[in-house]
Amino acid sequence: MYTLDELFEISPYALEREQKHRILTDIVKNLSLVHRANCMEYRRLLGTFHMDPATVDSYEQLMMIPVRLFKEYELCSVDRKEIFKTMTSSGTSGQRVSKIFLDRKTSANQTKALVKTMEDFLGKKRRPMLILDTKAVIKNRSLFSARGAGILGFSMLGYDTTYALNENMQLDYSVVKAFLEKHQGEDLFLFGFTYIIWKHFYKELLNDGKTLNISNGILLHGGGFKKLLSEAVDNDAYKRCLEEVCGLQHIYNYYGMVEQTGSIYIECECGHLHASNFSDVIIRNPKDFSICPMGEKGMIELVSVLPTSYPGHVILTEDEGVILGEDDCPCGRKGKYFKILGRIRNAEIRGCSDTYERP
Amino acid sequence: MRDLNVKYLVGGPIGASRPLPPYDGRVCNFLAELSRALQRDRRTALYPDLLSFAFFCRKANIMKLKKEFEDGRVRLGKGLAFHIAPSNVPVNCAFTYVFGLLAGNANIVRVPSGEPRQIILLCDIMRAMLADEKYNDIWDRTAFITYGHDEAVNDALSARADVRVIWGGNETISKIRQSPIKPRCTEITFADRYSFALIAPEAVADADDDELRRLAERFYNDTYLMDQNACSTPHLIIWFSEGGEKAKVGKQRFWEAVCQTAEKYDLADIKVSDKYVMLCRYAIELEDIESVQRFENLLYVVTLQELPDIITRLRGRFGLFFQYDIRQLGELARHIDETVQTCTCYGVDQEAVRNFAVNHGLRGIDRVVPVGSALDIGVIWDGYDIVRQMSRIIG
Repeated sequence: MYTLDELFEISPYALEREQKHRILTDIVKNLSLVHRANCMEYRRLLGTFHMDPATVDSYEQLMMIPVRLFKEYELCSVDRKEIFKTMTSSGTSGQRVSKIFLDRKTSANQTKALVKTMEDFLGKKRRPMLILDTKAVIKNRSLFSARGAGILGFSMLGYDTTYALNENMQLDYSVVKAFLEKHQGEDLFLFGFTYIIWKHFYKELLNDGKTLNISNGILLHGGGFKKLLSEAVDNDAYKRCLEEVCGLQHIYNYYGMVEQTGSIYIECECGHLHASNFSDVIIRNPKDFSICPMGEKGMIELVSVLPTSYPGHVILTEDEGVILGEDDCPCGRKGKYFKILGRIRNAEIRGCSDTYERP
Repeated sequence: MRDLNVKYLVGGPIGASRPLPPYDGRVCNFLAELSRALQRDRRTALYPDLLSFAFFCRKANIMKLKKEFEDGRVRLGKGLAFHIAPSNVPVNCAFTYVFGLLAGNANIVRVPSGEPRQIILLCDIMRAMLADEKYNDIWDRTAFITYGHDEAVNDALSARADVRVIWGGNETISKIRQSPIKPRCTEITFADRYSFALIAPEAVADADDDELRRLAERFYNDTYLMDQNACSTPHLIIWFSEGGEKAKVGKQRFWEAVCQTAEKYDLADIKVSDKYVMLCRYAIELEDIESVQRFENLLYVVTLQELPDIITRLRGRFGLFFQYDIRQLGELARHIDETVQTCTCYGVDQEAVRNFAVNHGLRGIDRVVPVGSALDIGVIWDGYDIVRQMSRIIG
């Protein structure tokens, strides 16, 4: 029986299909048993569906928790006294947000997995870090938004963490220039959210007619391209534009969600999102939730070995994607690699609901 | 009315118009021609709901309704009817207008802000017809309007109305009720309702394959066709039976046939997601689930060991149903409150169901109809005799 500690000993993209399947099944199946014993809602779900995790022979057979349930219930598998931070998804006001309960163990494992995974891209040596966001977003520590949590989580990977935007979300040239001068010649790490970087960093540089030289940096960004679709900006255009204004050549997108912080899917040099040892991605056919073969699009299920304080180890997202391959990406990383196609579309729904649409 | 910030889709500001007697010849003739015009227009074929409305307005049906209506008393329309139509059953705009017209009233119909395409089409066809002088009396009594969230309009029209008809959503009803009406104004409200089906499993077991296919098709029309989202759509299937092997066979046959029929349903990914979330929610919250049957993602059937006190919380969507066995109708009595509207039946004596409601003094169940007729709207709806309610008796 494999454990998480053993997994931490292995290089993050080293496991091949069969071995990974064995290890993940051991760990994730065990997580299901732990959550069944400790989370009332999860226990009821398994009971209703007559599903016994002890009898499955693959993590692919475990009950998927739809991500929306984290918005509707406070799903927690440890005593509330053990919770030391609660993360929330960033939703606009009025929207319900996911609540994710973390104890020290889960939180530490998330950080550990993140560091381990990122080392594969950044190397072991820590780099000076420039965050393309404002410090204001992390000031309220009591409730962590996904944005704040992401920033704090990734800050562990660098040193001399510096924020490029001021409180008003404006690019602070003096701060950025000072940072770049101070670390001249060093390899830098930049982090931010896809849309914020575009709007408050790229667009500002463009409007001000300025350029920066950050060619010795690696930029990691996530959060999705949804808001950029209206400007017809895709991943390639994004990279090209950023390179033009600041010389960045190493730009990596990542996919991940607050429900599974720590196990993120990073885009490799070939432009593919990769599952690491700590997680897996399964594409489900919406017709019957059967597993889609490679190349066929469907709903994205995410499996993570990390969540112990809440039952988020097997979740069904509302994103659509497609598996591109497994163990054979030219970048050399093992595991599945895939592409995100966006959110599942809103359908027009009929019936007698209210005459008055709320504004 | 001229100052109001509204848009006229057909008709114009309604002045003082004299009420007509119910089923007035001018109205009946107009409806007969409207029916023909709708059926002649090729664009109507795009909207099955508009077609069924056209079918409703055909001469033979209106004459039949007229005959059923006449009881020897002298009646007259009340005057001006103000209708607030529902947004998501677009064709009800048309029905509520016709009911008001048949009763002898002038009608202002508020079309929902989405301006559903079939209603725009209906208005186009009506506008062309009403240009003819022979329909001046109808023109004077017709206004389809749209406006935003404008309380001034609600207030002004409510203050003038002799009848106010508010189509559903409890929220809409309380919102519109903030606008006062005249002391003599009749108000008809269609609130949020709940419906269920009552089926004898033995009858399903006995049905031959053709009959089974027809039954499944009719059930599909009652449910999936409107995303299981209409007030009269069943959410709960009550199996009325002594039990035994045959009943078991009947139930299984039924769901398999429904699942087969539902193959044609447009199960968009977002609906799959919504439905799965809903199933999980029930799994967490309902105490008495015996089992969950999943026919792929097309059909989820939740079998209950006990009915909750308030059955109206058992609501499915996109093909999610609850089922429960009873031996006696009496077992249902304490679960039926005033929210319960339609009971669709198969293999069950409908008269017995009506008697059950009367004998137990139930507050709910306004309609008992065969499976397949859940969505068929008529002049008797939601417990109201709508045309009579919208007219007055001169005794």
